[in-house]
Amino acid sequence: MATTHPAPAAPASTADSGRRKLSELPWPELASTLGLIALAVIFAIANPGYLSEGNVSAILQAAAILIVLTVGQTFVVATGGIDLSVASTMTLGAIVLGEFYALGWNIWFAALAGLVAAILVGVLNGLVISKGGITDFIVTLGTLSAASGLALIISDGKKTTVIEPVLIKLSVNGVWLFSWAVVMALGLAVIAHVVLFHTRFGVHVLAIGGSAESSRSLGIRVWLVKTGVYVISAGLAGIAALLVVARVGAAEPAANTSFLLNSVAAVVLGGVSLFGGRATIVAPVMGAILLTALVNGLTRVGLSEFYQPLTVGVVVVLAAFLTRFNR
Amino acid sequence: MNTATETPTSPPPTGDVLTVRDLRKSFGRVQALREATLNLPRGQVTALIGDNGAGKSTLVRCLVGVHQPDQGEVRIDGEPVHFSNPQQGRAAGLETVFQELALVEDLSVAQNLFLGREATRGFGPFRFLDRGKMNTEALGMVSQLAINVPQVTSRVRRLSGGQRQAVALARAAGWSSKVVILDEPTAALGVQETQRVEQLIDSLRERGMTILLVSHNFEQVMRLSDQVVVMRAGRTVARRNTSETNGQELVSLVTGATQDPDEAPDDAETAAPSPKETQS
Repeated sequence: MATTHPAPAAPASTADSGRRKLSELPWPELASTLGLIALAVIFAIANPGYLSEGNVSAILQAAAILIVLTVGQTFVVATGGIDLSVASTMTLGAIVLGEFYALGWNIWFAALAGLVAAILVGVLNGLVISKGGITDFIVTLGTLSAASGLALIISDGKKTTVIEPVLIKLSVNGVWLFSWAVVMALGLAVIAHVVLFHTRFGVHVLAIGGSAESSRSLGIRVWLVKTGVYVISAGLAGIAALLVVARVGAAEPAANTSFLLNSVAAVVLGGVSLFGGRATIVAPVMGAILLTALVNGLTRVGLSEFYQPLTVGVVVVLAAFLTRFNR
Repeated sequence: MNTATETPTSPPPTGDVLTVRDLRKSFGRVQALREATLNLPRGQVTALIGDNGAGKSTLVRCLVGVHQPDQGEVRIDGEPVHFSNPQQGRAAGLETVFQELALVEDLSVAQNLFLGREATRGFGPFRFLDRGKMNTEALGMVSQLAINVPQVTSRVRRLSGGQRQAVALARAAGWSSKVVILDEPTAALGVQETQRVEQLIDSLRERGMTILLVSHNFEQVMRLSDQVVVMRAGRTVARRNTSETNGQELVSLVTGATQDPDEAPDDAETAAPSPKETQS
């Protein structure tokens, strides 16, 4: 993610630039990609079918939802916040989608309704945090519970089957290794990258994460940017809702807790500082793929699924160590 | 440049870029600012001194729009102004370099210089940062001031304290600003870097910038400023021409050992010192 502009008035002498370059590489941001490569090599040796086209495609397909949620979480963490409500918001979005679909709405309009519901959660999160001055952790913990509660109330605890050819195509059809769901997730990641690094909003997100006080003194409307990141996170959760319905074939009021934990884990794997101010999009996306590839690999080598959460936890903490030592 | 001939008793409508009358500000029951009155003559360095908690920072924050004063009046070029946020203050030409070095560590030099004023290109909702333009202009801004010019694409985290302060000063001076306010610009720096920054401040004044220098360091104030305003317990209690005072007097004014009955109308009337003379 190094900037590629020509360096005017480069002060470094060429003699030690080789050595300096190695230590100046953004190791935290590279960790998830290097980890993914290492993982691929290890599992490919242990299980020859691991890198088959079919399995790689399956890993990506399984990672799509997590990628979308992780991108949203990255924006929030980049400001120094955290969004614990992403998974519940996704569930709420899915339930709203299901309800409108059951009323006979066109699937896309139903999906739009789900998206709007999710965005409302984001607006609420953002305003309560930035204007109300309440800690992000508490607010999103509250909406975590509230959104999944609302999903239970609306759905009466029952799932709504959503059988729609378009949604099946979303998971099955695609380009080469990438199903349309994966293409969508990666497309959103590309847009997110452009927003974070090539717009004023993006610079302000990172500036606020770096120093909210400085940003405020320079006239950046901190509350607006903060609200913006929670809306982005919730909006992406609303889009993930469509993917989750497509994958399950139904809108279920399930808790989806693992999505929340994994979205935070992927962000950490991606070298994003939990204090804010430093973030990329590529690395957390790689982190999301890594986590999915890890679970897939463990399954393929026949390790009981009970071991998977433990392994994921160890990997995440190790990644956090790496981030800590490169500051 | 030195148009501000001394007229200290009554606030002159011309010659002063910024005038402050009877500014007051309370936080709850704490009266941080009881009565602050101050003129900034064009092209001069005005030093604001006072003990910790005398209200210097509150005054600065009220000036630039971080805080809103409860009472009193601020005029820029004779026009009354009210800022409800720092952005409005910046738009009116007040640039501040805050005590805690208001740079964002993980952003690049150029990003910091343009923070809140990023150059963009495109149309409608599709506006993207014009990084090339910002980097080029940033290099121009920094190299005017800094001796050891940092790369504009490097993160501020990698810069030395002096380089950081040069970036902060370049940002403050670079935006067609009317007044540059420096809040303890050398508090966090070593001896050599302090010297550098003092040279920077001098060169800003040579370019005709009006400067308000908040400082604890009396020697620095004597070296850099044209006039000194003393604050004590939330009030501006005295004003001196730097050429006519000394460190000892300033100390006693700050501590309250010397009470100043009026705003010292006598000493300024007799001579209008050139600000140049005050340099060591």
